[in-house]
Amino acid sequence: MLKGALGAGAVAACALYAFLVVPAQGDMTTMINGSVYASYAVLALSLALIWGYGGILSFGQAAFFGLGGYAYAVAALNLGDTTMAAMIAVAVAAAAAAVLGYFMFWGRISDVYLGVITLTVSLILYRFLNQTAGEEWTIGVAPLGGFNGIPSTPILTPLGDPDNPLPPERIYVLAMAALLLAYVACRLLVATRFGQVVVAIRENELRAELLGYDSRLYKLGLFVFAGALAGVGGVLFANCVFVSPNMFNLQTNGQVIIWVIVGGLGTLAGPVVGCFLMLMLSTYLGTVGDAGGGWLDPNLILGVVLTVFVLVLRRGLLPMAGAAFDRLTAMRPFVARQIVAANTAADRDRRHGSGANR
Amino acid sequence: MDHIVIILLQLAVTIANLALICAGLAIIFGMMRVINFAHGEFLMLGGYAAIVSSRAGVNLWLAMFVVAPTVVGAIGIVLERLVIRHLYGRMIDTMLATWGISLALIGLVTVIFGNTVSGISPPLGSLAVGQYAIGLYELFLVAVVIGLYGGGWLVLRRTSFGLLARGTMQNRVMAAALGVDPGRVYSITFAIGAAVTGLAGALISPITGVVPTIGAAYIAKAFITVISGGTAIIAGALAASTLLGSINTLFSFAFSPVLGEVALLAAAVLLLRLLPQGITGRFFRRSL
Repeated sequence: MLKGALGAGAVAACALYAFLVVPAQGDMTTMINGSVYASYAVLALSLALIWGYGGILSFGQAAFFGLGGYAYAVAALNLGDTTMAAMIAVAVAAAAAAVLGYFMFWGRISDVYLGVITLTVSLILYRFLNQTAGEEWTIGVAPLGGFNGIPSTPILTPLGDPDNPLPPERIYVLAMAALLLAYVACRLLVATRFGQVVVAIRENELRAELLGYDSRLYKLGLFVFAGALAGVGGVLFANCVFVSPNMFNLQTNGQVIIWVIVGGLGTLAGPVVGCFLMLMLSTYLGTVGDAGGGWLDPNLILGVVLTVFVLVLRRGLLPMAGAAFDRLTAMRPFVARQIVAANTAADRDRRHGSGANR
Repeated sequence: MDHIVIILLQLAVTIANLALICAGLAIIFGMMRVINFAHGEFLMLGGYAAIVSSRAGVNLWLAMFVVAPTVVGAIGIVLERLVIRHLYGRMIDTMLATWGISLALIGLVTVIFGNTVSGISPPLGSLAVGQYAIGLYELFLVAVVIGLYGGGWLVLRRTSFGLLARGTMQNRVMAAALGVDPGRVYSITFAIGAAVTGLAGALISPITGVVPTIGAAYIAKAFITVISGGTAIIAGALAASTLLGSINTLFSFAFSPVLGEVALLAAAVLLLRLLPQGITGRFFRRSL
């Protein structure tokens, strides 16, 4: 109870900080960085949902992120109406997820192969868009631009006022609001019956099927929702940076996975926290890297962090914080301490057991 | 006529390249079921080992055939002992841990060698076919691949270590009960896989050059080829390389090299929808 209230309080505090304190300070760098982080965090949330709740490890979640961004840029350049373009972009990302999901879940492609297939699809898009530099690669009036991407990506405009693109401060507020909305939407989704069936399938697919649920359909539904979410992230990213093939590359795909692992697999807030922390770390390393004699190469640090989290800190930051909180509150009564001890033992057994089974 | 000969030779070269970059992965992933996402970086390290040692005055052939496999094999043993042995049987975790290792290796090599392309010019000359020419070195690679896969087949089929390795991978507990030390077998097999990868990286480096981030160019291709191959590692890797390499060559000639690569990956995804168990899950089932 107390922990749930504290968690909700923490989310509210972060939201207040993001919506009131940061705009009031008016630091443009913070706001632009904040918008980029928020767009990535929406992507992290989409992976947190399908991997943490659905047990589907998509190593190519950035495919939908990039598709959303590209679809937005192309549609906005052609239509001139950015609101419509944003909706088209999300629809394109969802449709791509539906096609790929149908392909994988009806083909009964299982865990690891799923990761490699999704990664391959993302890399296909990366390779393809990287070579679209010539005149012949133009959709309507929008040139795809090869490895340069589309630097002239239009910025979102208010409804009914298509000639006034939003300034960066408004994009920041929009990105943060989208992140908060996406978080709430995911929270609600996992609380529904649908969300619970999805968790049941993650725990034991065969058992869920024997209970009469078509696991393929549920997985597809979750995958499409997550694809649409990643598409939203891509639209936001297109608005605060611009679209380029790098949205699809191995680096982007891997980063999302690191955020989820660091923040805590199986939670929704954890990956968002992990995303912000790791991006702040990367930004920081980027600024000190040259001065520090080059030893602080961001890849080196990220790689070591990921390996250590997988080997030693398997549960991720947020669940570890939760466990620490439990230990603190159980300090006083003796009985409560016994219960916690028993729970931890059971938890450990379960984790070891499932570890061996996988 | 000359044109056809050149296309056929090019086809053989493409297939051999594919078979070469996925040979080490066929051992580590195909046999040991360890998702080695650092495979591309092992190739990169092999390339650097060969280039650095040949610049330091080592004979080029010695650098490629001895130094590179030794160096990468040693790195493989260290990583296996430090990280991977804790994660056997947990596929997703090995995938994440090796992805971390891959990032760390990219970072480390960038720190040491910088972010520029290093290369050596391919030895041997070129072979003229009418008005066309093809690098003799590339044809030499075809021979090496034949030797490598033939040797692999002999080791797995005819030596006691091959038998032990296959048995241990099939049933670790049973092998341990029969007096085999599974940890050692795993360790050695991983090292051999790494060494083969290092050799492959060294052999490719004169053609492509090396940068710290070159691994990303190979990783998806290698994985999708091994997975398309299916359970029989040697026959599978060869069959998948032949099929995907042909598609790659076809599209490269018809459109562009990049689209050739796109077609390769797309064909593999399609193939897995049709044959989820890979080629050898359906055909050549009793092969190795």
